[in-house]
Amino acid sequence: MVSETAPTGELCSIPALLARNARVHGASPAYREKEFGIWQSWTWIEVAEEIRAMAEGFLALGMARGDYVAIIGRNRPAHYWAMVAAQMCGAIPVPLYQDAVAEEMAYVLEHCGARFVVCGDQEQVDKVIEVQDRVHSIEHVMYNDKRGMRKYDHSHLHWLHDVQAEGRAGHTRFDGELDRRISELDYDSTCVMLYTSGTTGKPKGVVLSNRNIIETSKNSSEFDHLKHSDEVLAYLPMAWVGDFIFSIGQAMWTGFCVNCPESPETMMTDLREIGPTYYFAPPRIFETMLTNVMIRMEDASPLKKRMFDRYMKLAQEVGPAILDGKPVAAIDKLRYALGNLFVYGPLKNTLGLSRVRVAYTAGEAIGPEIFDFYRGLGINLKQLYGQTEASVFITQQPDHEVRSDTVGVPSPGVEVKIGENGEVYYRSPGVFVEYYKNAESTASTKDAEGWVATGDAGFFEPDTGHLRIIDRAKDVGKMADGSLFAPKYVENKLKFYPDILEAVVFGNGREMCTAFINIDLTAVGNWAERNNIAYASYQELAGHPRVLDTIQEHVEEVNRSVAEDEMLSGCQIHRFLVLHKELDADDGELTRTRKVRRKIIEEKFHDLIAALYDGSTRISTETEVTYEDGRKGSIKATLELRDAAVQEPRHRRMAAE
Amino acid sequence: MNDMSQGYTTADGRKIGGTLMEMKNITLRFGGVVAIKDISFDIREGEIRAIIGPNGAGKSSMLNVISGFYIPTEGEVWFRGERRPQMKPYQVAQQGIARTFQNIALFKGMSTLDNIMTGRMTMMKTGMAAQALWWGRAQREEDEHREKVEKIIDFLEIQHIRKTPVGRLPYGLQKRVELGRALAAEPKLLLLDEPMAGMNVEEKEDMSRFILDVNDEFGTTIALIEHDMGVVMDLSDRVVVMDYGKKIGDGTPDEVRNNQDVIDAYLGVSHD
Repeated sequence: MVSETAPTGELCSIPALLARNARVHGASPAYREKEFGIWQSWTWIEVAEEIRAMAEGFLALGMARGDYVAIIGRNRPAHYWAMVAAQMCGAIPVPLYQDAVAEEMAYVLEHCGARFVVCGDQEQVDKVIEVQDRVHSIEHVMYNDKRGMRKYDHSHLHWLHDVQAEGRAGHTRFDGELDRRISELDYDSTCVMLYTSGTTGKPKGVVLSNRNIIETSKNSSEFDHLKHSDEVLAYLPMAWVGDFIFSIGQAMWTGFCVNCPESPETMMTDLREIGPTYYFAPPRIFETMLTNVMIRMEDASPLKKRMFDRYMKLAQEVGPAILDGKPVAAIDKLRYALGNLFVYGPLKNTLGLSRVRVAYTAGEAIGPEIFDFYRGLGINLKQLYGQTEASVFITQQPDHEVRSDTVGVPSPGVEVKIGENGEVYYRSPGVFVEYYKNAESTASTKDAEGWVATGDAGFFEPDTGHLRIIDRAKDVGKMADGSLFAPKYVENKLKFYPDILEAVVFGNGREMCTAFINIDLTAVGNWAERNNIAYASYQELAGHPRVLDTIQEHVEEVNRSVAEDEMLSGCQIHRFLVLHKELDADDGELTRTRKVRRKIIEEKFHDLIAALYDGSTRISTETEVTYEDGRKGSIKATLELRDAAVQEPRHRRMAAE
Repeated sequence: MNDMSQGYTTADGRKIGGTLMEMKNITLRFGGVVAIKDISFDIREGEIRAIIGPNGAGKSSMLNVISGFYIPTEGEVWFRGERRPQMKPYQVAQQGIARTFQNIALFKGMSTLDNIMTGRMTMMKTGMAAQALWWGRAQREEDEHREKVEKIIDFLEIQHIRKTPVGRLPYGLQKRVELGRALAAEPKLLLLDEPMAGMNVEEKEDMSRFILDVNDEFGTTIALIEHDMGVVMDLSDRVVVMDYGKKIGDGTPDEVRNNQDVIDAYLGVSHD
């Protein structure tokens, strides 16, 4: 059943939680942002004042109940405040992906009919102005960073600070109206609308109510014992539901401090300076961190390298057990303590993870080796499984029950069931209200009893009660010989190698599996440098015979590992190629959250796929690319296709013996 | 022709003020070699003024005359309504003129932050002893300067390399740091010697945007030398064209583009 818990006291909206925090945690830091080289911070009392001024400024601009307010920018306190200020006015905040090109932005702005847009800087304002002749609903555009904005026509363009100043100046006029609107907010009012990135089709606007966000934040905060003294680093896209839950939902519920980095490039330095205690990152970030550590260790002195290798081996063996509180031999505990002194401690400090109490990864499966690397260091990295439609949480791993191949037990308040076709269904207080202006999709996703289909195939492990996700339900298929085809399973194995950034496996309904590989420019570039391999471009490096040799080794190793699994041994990769361009969200090949869009890739590179299956060894191709500013161009390349050795599946091998 | 006090308005609506600097009949000789032959032009307050010309035309010599590094053999330099006497480089800097160099001139072993800090040297008032002790006024002074420097770092979007030794940075970023150091002196007139040399298209676009933003945000007058014609025509309000030490054109980019002498100089005709 959907729990019909009554709102806790009066705390049934984000503005109400804000008021409580200002009252209870008034003097403790609520937001920090590094600017001009210094961490600037705001206490809860200050934040409450800033947000109120902004809300009154919005009222001065004529913001009405039910208006949609788009927010486009990187993680900065003022952008979070704008969302809460909009809620105070009875409007609905709609955060957008800041790296979206104008075209994608136009669709969302038009679909929600935004009257107000809050932009981070000139770049975003330019995009909004570009689409404004198509999106007529936009009345006022605000911006946070003044730079380069002087020459613009300011008749409908406002600096966010001016808006706040206007609100402060007119507070006697607006106080009554604002208080009235805040008091109208209840558990059923819309808290936020988030557009799903959508691996297929157009983005859908997921409407989440205060009930969804607050109940979920409450349950998940209690699950991990989050406290108001915790620290998070807000660096993930604001349009993504996870960021909304962590940086607004849970932050408002528990009153912890949200830290915003200085710029996307300084994220790793800022992470180290802040030392968050609660940390969330998609597997990609953990992979990148690990790749960087490995690259730097390659350049380290032999003594350091030997120590690193030796203690990392120990960490893999006993680290996770120590973290889970399982019995470990005293001698190993001692050796681990030494390792902590010499290697793990300093390494965690360098990564900025020294203080992490709870860390989560989600969004994609994480390679077991990557997962064990961090757990081995003593970082309590756990997995969760969630969706925008669930206000994130569906399942998560409790402390001491963490494994890389499961996604944990149902989160508090969430019911999960497995459908007949193996699809995972859930029901919870976090379940979204509807898809905006899309009753049809709402009905096909959420049934009358409130069960939501995830689109993922999975099963519960009988012994532990943990959920295991196999793949997207629609991606799981059958090979021509009837064996199971689960592309992601193989792709994840490939992506563990630091020099493979992305992999796409094909084979549904076919005789054999083939793959596209994307090299990781950082890792492979570093390797090329050390081996004196000269290259002028990504394309040249990707086509280098020695790079292909290395990738082939990886593919063959993965084949050996895939062959171990009885169910999936058919998914071994027979032929592969290394793509001449990086798969990119700007070209529509990935979603903004960097998930592979198979359909589009299949259509776009159909000639390459055909070549993989017709046995040719070389193919020339031309691909259209989109530059960051939206211009289009094309690149030509001749690619080499390679065969990889495959293993006889184990069970068949045994039968033959 | 030389309207001392009259300003003008550019195509994009910026107000250009009166004359900031005027070069009157400048001639520069090195022994028998005539680098600059009787050139006159002015630089107005708030404008972006370019000096272009083929190799060896005397552009860098001209910039060195403007910066006070070369003393013209004949002619006068007027700056802010006064004839400029012979000056030492630091005096020029104190007058409000800062520059960047064609070949980057940074302290390679020092961080970006420290390099930009050196740009504020002429403005520091406390003595060496006070700075070494770093107490009282010296500390307050450093804080003030640091704040200014941080604003520049933010402006040029180089936060991520704040603490990186400059020698380790790629070329395009080093150029940006050099611009930062010049800006740190809060110049009235900023001289850029081939700011785009050796850059790829993307770096050029970035640099162009920064130059425009500097002009727009700080109201800094900019004089620049550049080879890349496309960049010059896009950026500058007025252009001086030099060839073999002589001025062969002066005016808006469009005027210059249609000037027959300029076309000849660039496309090449026989000089007999």
